[in-house]
Amino acid sequence: MENNQSTGLLFEIAKPGRRCHTLPPSGVPSATLDACFTRQAPPPLPEVAELDLVRHFTNLSARNMAIDCNFYPLGSCTMKYNPKRHERLVGLPGLATLHPLQPDQTTQGMLAILYETQAMLAEIAGLHACSLQPAAGAQGELSALLVAAAYFRHRGENRTRVLVPDSAHGTNPASAAIAGFDSVTIKSGEDGLVDLADLESKLDERTAVFMITNPNTLGLFDHQILEITLKVHDKGGLVYLDGANMNAILGITRPGDFGADMMHYNVHKTFTGPHGAGGPGSGPIAVRDMLEPFLPSPVVTRDPDGTFRLKHDRPLSIGRVRSFFGNVGVLVRGWLYLRTLGPDGVRQVSEQAVLNANYLLALLKDHIEVPKGKGCMHEFVASAKALRREKRVSAMDIAKRLLDKGYHSPTVYFPLVVAEALMIEPTETESQETLDQFAATLISVLGEDPAVLHESPHELSISRPDEVAATKQPVLRWKSA
Amino acid sequence: MSYIANTPGQQAAMLQKIGKASIADLFESVPEPVRLDRLLKLPPSLSEVELTALAKKLAGQNRHPGELACFMGAGAYDHFIPAVVDSLASRGEFVTAYTPYQAEASQGSLQVFFEFQTLICQLTGMEVANASLYEAGSGVAEAVMMAMAATNRTGPVLVAGTVHPQYLETLRTYTANLEPEIRELPCPAGYLDPAHLNAAVNDSTPCVVVQHPNFDGSLEEIEELARISRAKGALFVQVFDPVSLGLLKGPGELGADIAVAEGQGLGSPMSFGGPYLGLMACREALVRKLPGRLVGQTVDRTGKRCWVLALQTREQHIRREKATSNICTNQGLYAIRASIHLAALGPAGLRETAQHCLDKSHHLLRLLMEKKVGALAFERPFFKEFRFRLADEMPGAALCVDQLVGNGFLAGVPHPANPRDLLIAVTESRTLEEIEGLANALAALKGSAGRGA
Ligand SMILES: Cc1ncc(COP(=O)(O)O)c(C=O)c1O
Repeated sequence: MENNQSTGLLFEIAKPGRRCHTLPPSGVPSATLDACFTRQAPPPLPEVAELDLVRHFTNLSARNMAIDCNFYPLGSCTMKYNPKRHERLVGLPGLATLHPLQPDQTTQGMLAILYETQAMLAEIAGLHACSLQPAAGAQGELSALLVAAAYFRHRGENRTRVLVPDSAHGTNPASAAIAGFDSVTIKSGEDGLVDLADLESKLDERTAVFMITNPNTLGLFDHQILEITLKVHDKGGLVYLDGANMNAILGITRPGDFGADMMHYNVHKTFTGPHGAGGPGSGPIAVRDMLEPFLPSPVVTRDPDGTFRLKHDRPLSIGRVRSFFGNVGVLVRGWLYLRTLGPDGVRQVSEQAVLNANYLLALLKDHIEVPKGKGCMHEFVASAKALRREKRVSAMDIAKRLLDKGYHSPTVYFPLVVAEALMIEPTETESQETLDQFAATLISVLGEDPAVLHESPHELSISRPDEVAATKQPVLRWKSA
Repeated sequence: MSYIANTPGQQAAMLQKIGKASIADLFESVPEPVRLDRLLKLPPSLSEVELTALAKKLAGQNRHPGELACFMGAGAYDHFIPAVVDSLASRGEFVTAYTPYQAEASQGSLQVFFEFQTLICQLTGMEVANASLYEAGSGVAEAVMMAMAATNRTGPVLVAGTVHPQYLETLRTYTANLEPEIRELPCPAGYLDPAHLNAAVNDSTPCVVVQHPNFDGSLEEIEELARISRAKGALFVQVFDPVSLGLLKGPGELGADIAVAEGQGLGSPMSFGGPYLGLMACREALVRKLPGRLVGQTVDRTGKRCWVLALQTREQHIRREKATSNICTNQGLYAIRASIHLAALGPAGLRETAQHCLDKSHHLLRLLMEKKVGALAFERPFFKEFRFRLADEMPGAALCVDQLVGNGFLAGVPHPANPRDLLIAVTESRTLEEIEGLANALAALKGSAGRGA
């Protein structure tokens, strides 16, 4: 059944004179402003009836794939189940309606949650202190790099470079640039891990930070990690861990224990803050003790008598990276999740995430090339390079055909170091049956007539939008005819 | 409890298929010396029943705007959120989807983001809007970096001293290691004097940043400021309040090149500071320098209208260190909330909301003056928030706020620049009874603590 009711653009289902939300009389005298400040007519927003509004957004929502409906093995994004209990509890008025500038004594319950969240994230990291302020992973990276810059400035060292592996996410070099560093690319070796010789040749006293994603974006834990961190520290540099892949190592190993000096978490990945069709995220950072004074302000502290406070007065702090405390609603979900898991549960998350990924790898590796696929952590990267050569079938064709079968596609064309990449991350919350069905489907897709794949998807509301046109002559808003 | 579906029997069968004897063997690549040989020190696992009790207990230790009449603002406001916003935006198909990279699997969110961009253009009168930034503080920083890239100018960035101090601090943090100096223009009279800007701006100025209504709630000589900036070729960045645009001229009409806002007032709960919604819009000519995601309209292979992520070559996943910004995950769900909110209000609802804010804030000021609690710190027109200087026989602002929690009020935000000043916001959510109640309660504090901070 195709349901197109009220799915035209909002502006097309509107009609002048319709109302939805109204207010009671204000009960106070009317005030006016000087005409130089005021507009003639209110903004030309659409006027819609409430039922049309409800159908519009409900029927549009049905045009999305989502974890609640579909297996969503989107690599690097950790699309695990987002517990419904979090959604209920985060909406308690005592949490959801708090104003960010209320006096500390009126927010002791919230501060207790945030204080405990700081402590739990520091323990999982094996690092000393934590800032919950960054709004997403990329802002966490930027904050930590600004902390590093302030730390070196404080020590009177002039370090100008950040080293970034070629397999890293694009936010790493982009964050380095904003933090004022030159970013230098480090090659991956044949095995997909950091090429130690290349690292060594580029490491010197200009190096401020080496950013490593471990497990890396190929889903491999870099077993050279102690050697790497030793080499960076030898040159006086700091090691940053991009924690997007923490779902593989919770309670198994800790970044601080393998030599990382700072890291970010993606609470919206590892700790189930739902992705919300693109956000909000939350990207707390954890750092080693010598970096603590430079963390963004405020942080939550606890007095000896048990009173919690927002501490603003931290003279070496880099300052704020955003207004107010942070993406608190997402952080509270992370706290609820960790309180649900407990120490055993946290470890099980990673054990089962890695088990599921290796199982899926075992089911698929005889059917599609997995270049570094002897084993993996929480995800692996397959390559459609051979298919492309032999049958002109690309990673994108496979991705699109999977949509026809009701599966969200893996991440495609990332990391850049694998040709025709299909990055697959099942997460721990999927069952063996789901993985079996997905593998069987993917295998059958690989054997299909290329012509069917080239024109897929066939079963969705649209197929193969013209992205080139969308960029050449961008149409970025609706205009009345 | 970790939401695992696989039974122990299944786990054993899966290990067999993989060819490993145990789960521990899956972690062979993690070097022995760095493996954690103990459990993490975390609190014990809780069932849903226990978790609910704990969350309720801690939530109950907060005094909150669900039970107190909230007159606090300073960038976060107690605007009413219609039920349709919560109901529709809590659908799992929106909440548990990722960024719409696969267009065919994401037409729902893509269409909403295209509608969102259009709504923000309609609201502001600007030509292009992106699909959201984190919040207003980093939005101001992004706007300044964008202006630097667009103008190639390296002179000082000029920021009115009446911009929200947290936005200014964020801007300073972001640009700490970058070229331009951030120069704050003093505003001793509570607004940026156009003559002062005229003297400060020149043809090396990348941009001028002004907030209108400003941090104190006051209106700026905004049209004049925009004209002066643009005459020198500096981009004019206006920080605006979306709710104010029910009554006030929009940044497009006022001549802004880049408009940035905190979109919290469009359907986001105050939630102790986040998640909120960074709004950014600009003139068409600047679109290739715009940070963040953009959704564009196109057609599919059969000619059907549809939506995709557009102009991705600006973004970090393609341009890496040369990207216009490092932003990746944005505030998608809160852009969806704002879209539903704006559609539910419509032009009449937005105007009505803004008029309520204007009328009620002015009524409260009138009552406070009648009761001789104090007076405006600066005689400037204002929209929904005003900076109120407490009379000499009143306690300091922080003490007033602490005291009145007991009377059922969050009376305002103590002004960071002067302990005698209280920043008071009145939204459409406040009733006449609450407004009169606050005026009486504040008046009753006269003489109670003498002068002091
Ligand atoms: C490996 C990696 N690093 C960094 C990021 C950036 O995180 P965010 O999108 O939360 O800013 C991501 C996610 O997109 C990622 O996959």
